[in-house]
Amino acid sequence: MSMLSFERKYRVAGGTLIGGEMFDFWIGPFFVGFFGVTTAIFATLGTALIVYGAAIGPTWNIWQIDIAPPAIEYGLGLAPLREGGLWQIITVCAAGAFISWALRQVEISRKLGMGFHIPIAFSFAIFAYLSLEVFRPIMLGAWGHGFPYGIFAHLDWVSNVGYQGLHFHYNPAHMLAVTCFFGTTLMLAMHGGVILSAVNPPKGEPVKHGQHENQYFRDTIAYSIGPLGIHRLGWFAAINAGFWSAICILISGPFWVGGWPYFYDWYLQLPFWNDMGLGGLG
Amino acid sequence: MASFHSLYSQIQIHGPYDEGLPLRGDESPRLIKPFLNRWIGKIGDPQIGPTYLGFCGIASLICGFIAIEIIGLNFWASVHWNPVAFIEGMAWHRLDPPEAKWGFTPFVPLAEGGWWIWAGFFLTASILLWWCRMYLRAKALGMSTHVAWAFASAIFLYLSIGFIRPMLMGSWHEAPPFGIIPHLNWTASLSVLYGNFYYNPFHCFSIAFLYGSVLLFAMHGGTILAVSRFGGERETEEIVDRGTAAERGALFWRWTMGFNATFESVHRWAYWFAILTTFSGAIGILLTGTVVDNWYLWGVKWGLAPEYPATYPDMTLPPDIAEQVRAITEAPGRSTAMVPPAPEATQ
Repeated sequence: MSMLSFERKYRVAGGTLIGGEMFDFWIGPFFVGFFGVTTAIFATLGTALIVYGAAIGPTWNIWQIDIAPPAIEYGLGLAPLREGGLWQIITVCAAGAFISWALRQVEISRKLGMGFHIPIAFSFAIFAYLSLEVFRPIMLGAWGHGFPYGIFAHLDWVSNVGYQGLHFHYNPAHMLAVTCFFGTTLMLAMHGGVILSAVNPPKGEPVKHGQHENQYFRDTIAYSIGPLGIHRLGWFAAINAGFWSAICILISGPFWVGGWPYFYDWYLQLPFWNDMGLGGLG
Repeated sequence: MASFHSLYSQIQIHGPYDEGLPLRGDESPRLIKPFLNRWIGKIGDPQIGPTYLGFCGIASLICGFIAIEIIGLNFWASVHWNPVAFIEGMAWHRLDPPEAKWGFTPFVPLAEGGWWIWAGFFLTASILLWWCRMYLRAKALGMSTHVAWAFASAIFLYLSIGFIRPMLMGSWHEAPPFGIIPHLNWTASLSVLYGNFYYNPFHCFSIAFLYGSVLLFAMHGGTILAVSRFGGERETEEIVDRGTAAERGALFWRWTMGFNATFESVHRWAYWFAILTTFSGAIGILLTGTVVDNWYLWGVKWGLAPEYPATYPDMTLPPDIAEQVRAITEAPGRSTAMVPPAPEATQ
């Protein structure tokens, strides 16, 4: 029954945070646990409300379904279901499901005697989500500042909010986040590539291990961070991609209301440049 | 917590150097006598070097140096060789491609974009030589060439942006400038000029693979770190001879989401997500302006985006713009759905 050949001996009781033995069982391949139950409730309710929102909305076009937050006039209050109330309940469900999922990962880690690196990483993604949908709207004083639930609707929101800052590429935290996204993907390609190239060698060559992986990157870029280090670096860079994404939107509006290109005026206006008597950029 | 991080890995171990695998005869000798660095050892392997240069490496570094010199000296010249202004404006300096009137000819006066072409030539030569090196070192070590092919996908995106698309459009002017802020401005302008890249489906794919890659590395890095107490970072060993680290890593995801990769297949997921990020991005670039003029209108056509009401319905277009819109709208064989309707005021 959906068990891997080596799986039975790992299926032991214990490791749960809440509920003791009550929910300490599996359904098919899934571990349940107390937080599995809460995840299922939140996810089912949230999904059902999205479908309901689509049903009372103007279109079933999957790309255009749009469940928007309340209008700004509602501030931080509750809105009627059809006017953003659905969005509010869905947001609560999403937050509940994400946090339950992270805690379920903690329980599974404990059960398997593993570290908590995976739920820690996931918690940064949850932080980014909550920043967009809860923290920043609270700081700006209206739920209407959250993004809508819909495929192109949320892309429109990103585009519009980005251009409200005139040019989001100038946001320094956005620069850091993008750098972490691109850097993580570069390192992922290098790591995935070197592992595959070591264990799938050309015909007639033996399988290679850590010594060859080290040598490949020492030969090509003078340094190999090693098999443990690459996972630390990749994990750290991936987390930072999520973290700085959250920061870049949290500061945009609550702490910086002008266009982002003007953020650097202080630098260009440093008296230092003109004190040199040589004239600056202009 | 136990006092070790890992059973096997060289983290802050200051023992004898790894002098490097023996070379296979016809190669040039390795450079840089290996040395240890305590700060780097806090994260990863403390040893730096030895490294290999060879013909491709040296040629690549020379070409890269020339490219950076051309770009840097043009920056400096643009502020009339004022050293303070050069430093102050480092992020804003630009080296632009030729104006549109030059088309795609390689013979452009240096001051009017010729320097840009030369910088691009040497940068491209440097990158391609570096690719050869990534390929040849894998061969020399008896490994396969996966890393080089992933690099090739990134090079394809670079060439699509800076060379192939300008060639298809028949104008160097479509290419981005060199410069930190200027290339960001170019990116934003390109998106807006062609109707917003958010509606470009290959841009969607590229972003999905980019975010997916970061998600995968968070999941994979987290998994390996969490099982390093069982020696899990010895991935190749676990691939050929599965141990409890691989079993626990697999079961974590099976129990979490009902599905698991293996220690080998997770690297295939990783490899392809990363490759497809740049590959699908390149496709999106190559279609822009060549096949699709306006991604928003394309999105409206295919039902991705709703048609928003005109923001300024009463706006009067300047006569020459209105004339252009009318010319496009009335051209034979041209669908009126492809361009915004001319405002009433101009009709």
